[in-house]
Amino acid sequence: MDLLIQQLINGISAGSIYAIVALGYTMVYGIIKLINFAHGDVLMVGAFTGLYCVNTLKMPIILAIIASMLVCAVLGAIVEKLAYKPLRTAPRIALLITAIGVSFLIEYLMMYFFGSGAQAYKETELTSGSALHIGNIFVTRFTIYVILSTMIIMILLQLIVKKTKLGKAMRAVSSDKDAAQLMGINVDKTISFTFMLGSALAAIAGVMYGAQFSVQPLMGMQLGLKAFIAAVFGGIGNIPGAMLGGYLLGIIESLGGQYISTTYVDVFAYVILIIVLLVRPFGILGKDTREKV
Amino acid sequence: MQKKSISSVIGLLVVVALFIMIEIFTRSGLFDQSVVETVIDQIQLILISIILALGLNLITGITGQFSLGHAGFMAIGAYTTTLILPIVGYGESANPFIIVVAILAGTVAAGLAGLLVGIPILRLKGDYLAIATLGVGEIVKIIIESNSKTLGGATGLIDRPIFLSTELIFIVCVISFILIKNLLNSSYGRSFISVREDEVASESMGINLTKAKVTAFVIGTAFAGLAGALSVGKYGSVTPTRFGFMASIDVLLIVVIGGLGNIYGTVIAAIIMQIMVSNLQNLPEIRMIVYGLLLIIIMIVKSGNNPIINSVRKFISNISSKIINIFKKVKS
Repeated sequence: MDLLIQQLINGISAGSIYAIVALGYTMVYGIIKLINFAHGDVLMVGAFTGLYCVNTLKMPIILAIIASMLVCAVLGAIVEKLAYKPLRTAPRIALLITAIGVSFLIEYLMMYFFGSGAQAYKETELTSGSALHIGNIFVTRFTIYVILSTMIIMILLQLIVKKTKLGKAMRAVSSDKDAAQLMGINVDKTISFTFMLGSALAAIAGVMYGAQFSVQPLMGMQLGLKAFIAAVFGGIGNIPGAMLGGYLLGIIESLGGQYISTTYVDVFAYVILIIVLLVRPFGILGKDTREKV
Repeated sequence: MQKKSISSVIGLLVVVALFIMIEIFTRSGLFDQSVVETVIDQIQLILISIILALGLNLITGITGQFSLGHAGFMAIGAYTTTLILPIVGYGESANPFIIVVAILAGTVAAGLAGLLVGIPILRLKGDYLAIATLGVGEIVKIIIESNSKTLGGATGLIDRPIFLSTELIFIVCVISFILIKNLLNSSYGRSFISVREDEVASESMGINLTKAKVTAFVIGTAFAGLAGALSVGKYGSVTPTRFGFMASIDVLLIVVIGGLGNIYGTVIAAIIMQIMVSNLQNLPEIRMIVYGLLLIIIMIVKSGNNPIINSVRKFISNISSKIINIFKKVKS
């Protein structure tokens, strides 16, 4: 029983990070129907920025998160302007190939400048701190912070999307770009804003992940793919779905690793993906929209 | 008809001339032995990646089904061939017949895997298909890596015989090219192209979408298996690292640079890429940065909507049409 609860907590902690990254995927997909392959790499840049802020500039981790959010928001906007905007009317396959190209470019530029080795965050008062023991269950303080702050972020995001004018514009553009433009919404600005928001979220996830494990230029690929799977799992384009998918994926991986096999942990995500796509391609919370002729 | 037969005669002549050139180069002794070895090595790699890329071009370029798991099928072909070589009796005698059987086994195994995977997965479209095929490729790789008993785990199966001759790869490559080219001119090939252009329209013209997609996928994956099988004979070993996601991207890059759906372009792009790869071997990061830039630039130039690029494109097409006009005038 203790083991089960322990694994559930581990799963929720990993799932929190998947959920934040999945939100970025889902928002971008919702608005321009693109799987932003470079999203995981934006996360990696965020993790590196955080690393620099914490280790070299000796900033507290909260400030580091804010700094890396700013850097990633700018990066996201630049990527969108230079690589995706010229292709807005192009076939989807062209956009997807470009996204893969952007992903490589960011990964290997970082590797060229910072080396391919893994680097770790120096411990700060937030990331160290004594762990809590409840019976046989073991939780580090940082895990609790991660889980709590993820929840706060999600509530904030919901408020932004549902209550603000920009959020309204985002929803309008994602449901019908041309109609939104006719209603006087600046589509370009809204898309840029979506990229910035998603990238800032990725930065938060990057610092959280980096502070718990380590940072290296190729970290974004695996994490990004899993987060994408989480987004599809919950229903892509659907914000609560991305959160649900993230938590579920985290829990499934952690329970599967405990009770089925540790060597195949990375396979679970792909198997889930293929099953979900075949059985319920619109995800758990997504709406079933069929193409009409 | 007249025109077609002339062009195929020219094609045949080119192929024979290339073959004779390679033969003279390797056997005449006119060239330095070490130079011959490096060049032959490059040629073999180019020929293998042509076969690989032809398969992916059939799936992605011609039928329009985006696959990111091509290397997984290459791995299936490579491992099948490696495992089957001792069973069919290689080692006691280096009989070419046995080699052909082993290579065919790898090809068929990859094709079968393509059939098994393709039937459920090809119901997906576009981005979803890309991610699902990526998943299949990763699953294949992880299964190989975690099975150390028969498949050698992460170190792979090493110290196997190197059985490949350049002539064999050359012939296989030419046969593959002719097969794909003729396939394109058949009713199958036309149905593939129409599926790429418009699924709904081609379905209403009586094309069985699933059948067309699965057929293209199976043929494409069989080609991947063939290339994998040949690579075993080239390296004398198989390791899972050669069949990762990056390998799939390498192939995709060849197909994209050569032009989606253009098989001549694939051949040229395979040559260019191999030359680039061998020159940037000591700078792996730079190579990947160039890959990334190439993918972005090619896509934006080809299908993007950018004022600067549009004017450049207009300029080039103006010049080329002028040149063509001059030629036409000279001819008449």
